[in-house]
Amino acid sequence: MSLDISLVIENDVAKITLAGELDGSNASDFKAKIEEAAAADAKKLVLFMSELEFMASAGLRVFVFSKQKMGAGVDVYVIGAQEMILETIEKTGLNHSLIIQDEYHD
Amino acid sequence: MQRIDIHPTHTHGNFKLRRGNPSPFGATFVPGGVNFSIFSSYATSCTLVLFEKHAPKPFGEIPFPDEFRIGNVYSMIVFDLDYENLEYGYRMDGPNNFQEGHWFDQNKILLDPYAKIIGGRDAWGVTPDWDDIYHHRARLAFDDFDWEDDRPLEIPPEDQIIYEMHVRSFTKHHSSGIKESHRGTFAGIRDKIPYLKELGVNAIELMPIFEFDEFENSRPNPQTGETLYNYWGYSTVGFFAPKAGYAATGRFGMQVDEIKALVKELHKNDIEIILDVVFNHTAEGNERGPTISFRGIDNKTYYMLTPEGYYYNFSGCGNTLNCNNPIVRGIVLDCLRYWASEYHIDGFRFDLASILGRDPWGAPLANPPLLETLAFDPILAKCKLIAEAWDAGGLYQVGSFPAYGRWGEWNGKYRDSIRKFIKGDGTVGDMAQRLQGSPDLYAPAGRAPATSINFITAHDGFTLMDTVSYDGKHNEANGENNNDGSNDNDSWNCGWEGETDNPHINALRHRQIKNAIALLLVSQGVPMILMGDEMGRTKYGNNNTYCHDNDLNWLNWDLLKKNNDLFQFTKNCIAFRKVHPVLRNTWHFQNRDYVGSGYADITWHGTKAWGADWSTISKTLAFMLCGKHAKGGTVEDNYIYVAMNVYWESLWFELPQLPPSLKWHVFANTGAPFPEDSWTVGSEPVLGDQSGLLLGDRSIVILVGK
Repeated sequence: MSLDISLVIENDVAKITLAGELDGSNASDFKAKIEEAAAADAKKLVLFMSELEFMASAGLRVFVFSKQKMGAGVDVYVIGAQEMILETIEKTGLNHSLIIQDEYHD
Repeated sequence: MQRIDIHPTHTHGNFKLRRGNPSPFGATFVPGGVNFSIFSSYATSCTLVLFEKHAPKPFGEIPFPDEFRIGNVYSMIVFDLDYENLEYGYRMDGPNNFQEGHWFDQNKILLDPYAKIIGGRDAWGVTPDWDDIYHHRARLAFDDFDWEDDRPLEIPPEDQIIYEMHVRSFTKHHSSGIKESHRGTFAGIRDKIPYLKELGVNAIELMPIFEFDEFENSRPNPQTGETLYNYWGYSTVGFFAPKAGYAATGRFGMQVDEIKALVKELHKNDIEIILDVVFNHTAEGNERGPTISFRGIDNKTYYMLTPEGYYYNFSGCGNTLNCNNPIVRGIVLDCLRYWASEYHIDGFRFDLASILGRDPWGAPLANPPLLETLAFDPILAKCKLIAEAWDAGGLYQVGSFPAYGRWGEWNGKYRDSIRKFIKGDGTVGDMAQRLQGSPDLYAPAGRAPATSINFITAHDGFTLMDTVSYDGKHNEANGENNNDGSNDNDSWNCGWEGETDNPHINALRHRQIKNAIALLLVSQGVPMILMGDEMGRTKYGNNNTYCHDNDLNWLNWDLLKKNNDLFQFTKNCIAFRKVHPVLRNTWHFQNRDYVGSGYADITWHGTKAWGADWSTISKTLAFMLCGKHAKGGTVEDNYIYVAMNVYWESLWFELPQLPPSLKWHVFANTGAPFPEDSWTVGSEPVLGDQSGLLLGDRSIVILVGK
């Protein structure tokens, strides 16, 4: 199972959609997309994750990176994450620095 | 321009290598690769062994080229590793001679003593594959946690109120009411921070959280057949790695982040975190124990050995770490610096700390270099250092631990004195010392009251409820014929051994518990409360539950309802202490009036005001603190009066007179029925008769003059 990842930037909002499995072998692709969003000076980062089936620790590391890379002033949204993934985000305390929602409203 | 110092210079098969950096020890990320560094004084060669996570066999073995060794340190950079999926170990070759103290064996794969994450026991209690060639596997840790503006809190020592707890025991019981997947974990503690806030403690002390093996010496319980574990974890496998089985995210290898998230949240709530650390021995046990790490890397350096090559056993656990060997001293210092800087830990409590003051042959040192090093270390400068000032080899240093102005002590004498006094066996002279922060032990050497960590109960020994419910220990479930655990419990069952329906006995037990809590929270020094004592936790008379993963250790949160009076009383006493600086003095009392208030900083009374009965058979004592002397006269506080009647009948206590315009108010009376046994701060009722009061049998009264 691989990872499909896409990035769109609309009006200062970077939207990344993740589908499949995020692990050590492809976390760097995710990281590259975050860097792209940061370079475009996005004011908001929205991660659509309803199609993401599995996330290893390497994926979580990228979340940590995303918050630090985008800077404290940029809100990072996690949209529609599945239960298992949400659990992990919660236990590691990442939920305090991310905005977690079922659906994204512009 | 590409840096050229990050290019490989050597190859081994498909592996690209470069000479490494000898320091820091352990595995460290460098551009494009990982720097591996390990030392051994006696090895003749060393091989790096690489595994994919959980793989039964290694995917590569790389001998360190001779030119990569500097001194006794083998270091090497390996490029292009999939570090998210990597486990590593070492093989060491060298002499193998028991009497000489050398255990080198190339067939063993050894854990890096500096491993920051250890795999192999990723989830608690999952039976390991005993055929695994490498049980405890070093992994790489990342230091990318977002601390934001967090830093250790640096609460003044005398202001601390410590709560000693076991990570798994705190929330494992279903009554904890948290998500099942969080029970018994660091995440579970985070869920319970609101409870800790409500109770009012401002420091938690965690029993060992360095990676240990719960299966060390695991065996079936002779009574029930259930597995007995190395449950408390006083047996370290790796000093730099957190216990994966305590993390809800251990399966993902995210334990580092989970603890850091806990620390950050505790700090946000003004609660410090202290770690109970075990440097006196390791999980390798005696000569019959497993070879995990130290023994195969440098046995003679790490352990104290007899001339015949056997292990000295000052720890009671099979071996003794050679803490005053300069190399071992280095690893202890590296470890504490790492936890203080990387995890923002606020303090450390050292298990059997007297061992740290013994020389390589076991003799106590006058000026132990390790204790001195830790006391003066710049990175640890603001960390609390707390010694359990005794060891299993008979060294007892309460009051004489080499402190260098920095070390606090678990005051075992405080525990014994309070227990004896409450049941009517103590002396008032001894009590007076304990209530003042044990100046008899600490003042002559210029050590502050906060040197004394005052506790009546701790993980070792009875809970507070069991102290008033059992005359003797009941440790049969440990499978050692009731021979283990201390026989000196200074306990009294109040008339019946164990649980009872008798309302009079139960009322007396609750009163005795409140007496203990009241004294603990009005004593100078630092109070430490054992997890669950605030709700009457019992271990059914077992005073050494080191091996039980069940209700003997798990806190039953339903007790909060059952013993709500104990919880409310404890909560009120903690709030009272926090609001009255006169209970938290920085220096010892001078027994004189040095601010011109007309009252000495502390005065002693009894059934007669100004006339304490100091005889050895006395069962009464009272003292008054002058609020104008709070914190050495630097802050203004109320007057506080505490009266103790441990006699079996009620007695009239005459009260010392307050300055005009002030009145005595009742904060606590353990002889009164709940909820009149204690009051919230500010709601204390005025005492009807300001000249004196009747104290019930075995009761304590605390008044506040304002």
